[in-house]
Amino acid sequence: MQPKKTITTALIAAFGFVTAQSAYAEDITIATVNNADMITMQELAPEWEKATGNKIEWVVLEENILRQRTTTDIATGSGSFDIMFIGAYETPIWGAKGWLTPLDDFADDKDYDLEDVFPLVRNGLSANGSLYALPLYSETSFTFYRTDLFEKAGIEVPTEQITYTEFAEMAAKLHDPENGVYGTCQRGKAGWGENMAFVGTVANAFGAKWFDMDWKPQLDSPEWNAAITYYVDLMKKSGPPGSSANGHNENRALFKDGKCATWVDATSAAGDVRNPETSSVADKTEFFKAPKQVTDKGTGWFWSWALAIPKSSQKVDTAKDFLKWATSKEYFAKVGEAKGWVAVPSGTRKSVEEDARRLEAAPFAKTVVDAILSVDPADSTRDETPYTGVQFVAIPEFQGIGNYVGQQVAAALAGTSSVEDALEKSQAFATRTMEKAGYIK
Amino acid sequence: MARSITTKQKAINTAVIWVLGLVMFFPIFWLIILSFKTESDAIMAPMEVLMSGWTMESYDAVNRRSDYFKFFSNSVIIALGSTFLGLLIAVPAAWAMAFVPGKRTKDILLWMLSTKMLPPVGVLIPIYLLFRDTGLLDTRIGLVFVLMMINLPIIVWMLYTYFKEIPVDILEAARMDGASLGKEVLYVLTPMALPGLASTMLLNIILAWNEAFWTLNLTSAKAAPLTAFIASYSSPEGLFYAKLSAASVMAIAPILIMGWFSQKQLVRGLTFGAVK
Repeated sequence: MQPKKTITTALIAAFGFVTAQSAYAEDITIATVNNADMITMQELAPEWEKATGNKIEWVVLEENILRQRTTTDIATGSGSFDIMFIGAYETPIWGAKGWLTPLDDFADDKDYDLEDVFPLVRNGLSANGSLYALPLYSETSFTFYRTDLFEKAGIEVPTEQITYTEFAEMAAKLHDPENGVYGTCQRGKAGWGENMAFVGTVANAFGAKWFDMDWKPQLDSPEWNAAITYYVDLMKKSGPPGSSANGHNENRALFKDGKCATWVDATSAAGDVRNPETSSVADKTEFFKAPKQVTDKGTGWFWSWALAIPKSSQKVDTAKDFLKWATSKEYFAKVGEAKGWVAVPSGTRKSVEEDARRLEAAPFAKTVVDAILSVDPADSTRDETPYTGVQFVAIPEFQGIGNYVGQQVAAALAGTSSVEDALEKSQAFATRTMEKAGYIK
Repeated sequence: MARSITTKQKAINTAVIWVLGLVMFFPIFWLIILSFKTESDAIMAPMEVLMSGWTMESYDAVNRRSDYFKFFSNSVIIALGSTFLGLLIAVPAAWAMAFVPGKRTKDILLWMLSTKMLPPVGVLIPIYLLFRDTGLLDTRIGLVFVLMMINLPIIVWMLYTYFKEIPVDILEAARMDGASLGKEVLYVLTPMALPGLASTMLLNIILAWNEAFWTLNLTSAKAAPLTAFIASYSSPEGLFYAKLSAASVMAIAPILIMGWFSQKQLVRGLTFGAVK
C-alpha cells in the first residue's frame, strides 16, 4: 500500500504545483525594436519563462513603426503592451505625463542593486524624481579612428580633447579617395535620431543652442550658422560621396569595411567594430573623445535604450519581475557567457564594466565608460537653456522640429539648398511649432 | 474595321511592354537575389552582389526567430474574411444600384469612393479608441471588419460596373418565369457576373494582404499578419537587408503565386466592359 500512497501523494503534489503555477502564470507582451541586444534577450528569455511559468509574446517592429505604435497605445491607455522598449527621449516625457509605472521600488531591492546603475543613466530615465525605466544599454558618442592610417599619415594621436578645426585638418590629411579611404564618415541621413544626433553635438560645441530661456528658437544664430557651415564643408572636403544618404548603419558598414579614417558616432558600435568576426578593421581601431570647439559642453551625446511598463498594463507584477531579470547583473553575465563579453550591453552597470572578463574581452570598455560619465544632459550648452538633453530637447515638440531641421541640414549637405536658407526655414518652422504649442506667447 | 498593325509596330509594342514589365518586376527580382546573400554581401555594389556566393542563412535565421505560420494564417484569415464579408454586403448593394437605380445613385457611389480619399492616419485615434472600448484591439475579427470597410467602396464600384454590363432584359425574363429575387441573383446574375466577381475577389484579397497601416497599428502579438512579420526585420542598427529581403519574399510569395495562377481571370475581370 505504501508505494501506491506515495504515488498518489506525488500526483496530488504535482497537480497542485501545476495548478498553483498556472494560476499565477501570465502572458506578457513586450514591444521592442530589432537590434542585437534585444535579439539576445529574446534568445535568453525562455530561461525566465521556464523559471516562472510565465510566457512572453514579443512584438518586434521597425523603430519608427514601434514609436508610432507605442505612442498611440500609451496615449490612449489601451494596454496592448506590458513592457515597452523605449529611449531616453520618450521616458521622461511619458513619465511626467503619468503614462508609465514608477519603478522606485527597485531602489529597495538589495538583490537588484539599483545603485550599481550609473547615476547619469538613472537620471536620464527619471522625471520629477521618479525612475520610469530600467536601462539595457547606454551610449555617448566618441571618435573612432584607424591607427594604421594615422601612423601612415604621420598624425599624432590626440591625448586631450581636440577642436573641430583640428579634426577637419586631420580628416583632410587622411582623405585618400583614390585608394578608397575617406577622411571622415559622419551621419547625413535626415532625422532627429540620425543626422541631428551628430549635428546637435557639433552645434553644442560651436556654442549654439536650440532655444533661449524664453523658449524662442535660436536656429538663425551665428553659432548655428558656423556649426552647419563647418559640417557641410567637412563632409564636402573629406567625406564619402553621397554622404547625405548615410545614416548610422551605412557609416558603420563603411567604417568596418575600412573605408573611413575617422567616424564620430555611438560608443555602442565599438564592440561590433572591434569584433574580428564582423569587422575588417577590428585590430586597427581605437577611440578618442568627440571634438570640442568654443566649448566642451554637450560634445558627446547621451542615449539609453530601456525597458518601461505602461500604466495601462494589467500585469505590472509579472512585468516588473521580467524587468528585474532582464536588467540584473546576472543577466549581463549570462549574455557574456552566451555571446562573449565583448557583446554585453554596455554603459549601464558599474560592476559589469569593471568585471575582469569584460575588460579582457573589451579593453576599450573603460574609454566608453569615461566618455559616458563625462556627459551631463542637464548642462549641455555654453549658454544657459531651459531644457535638458544633449542631442535632443526633452519636449514632445522636438521630434517634429528635429526631423524638419534634419531635412534642411541634409538638403544643405546635398547642395540643394544653402546653409542660410536651411537655417532660415528651420527657424521659421521651429518658431511656428513653439507658438502653436504655447511656449511662445 | 480593326486598324491594321504592321509587324514593325507590333515588335515595338512588344518590346515596350517587355521593358515596362521588367522594370516593374525588377524590385521583386532584386529582393529575391538579396534574400540569398549574406548580410555583408547584400550591402555591396550591385555587380558585387551578383558575383558573391549564395546562401540560405537568412531564411534559416528568419525561420528560427519568427513563427511564420502564425503570421501567415492571420494574413489568410484577414484577407479572405474581409473579402468574403465585403462581397456579401457589396453584391446586393451593387445589384440595387445597377438594376434599380434611384435619383441619387451616382452621388452615393461617388460619396462612397470619396471615403478612400481620406488619409487613414486622420481616423487612427477614433478607430483605435473604438477598438479599445469594444475589445477588438489585436483581434482578427476587428481587422476583418476594418479591412472590409476600407475596401468596400472598391468592391461596390467594381461590381456595379460589371452588373451594368449585364442586360437587364435577361433578369426580367427570369422574373417573368417566376424566379424569386434570391434565385434571380443566385442563378442568373451570379453566373453571368462570375468573371467580374472573381476579379473583384482576387483584387481585394491582394489589397487586404498588402494593407500595412491598419494591420500594423491595430495589432500587437495575436492577430499580427505578414506585414508585421516584415516590419520586425528592419533594424535601427547593424545590417539587416538580407534578412529583411528573406522575410519579404516569404510574405509576398503566397500572393505572388496566387496572382500568377489567376492572372487570366484578373485581367479578364479588370478589362470587362472596357470595350463597348
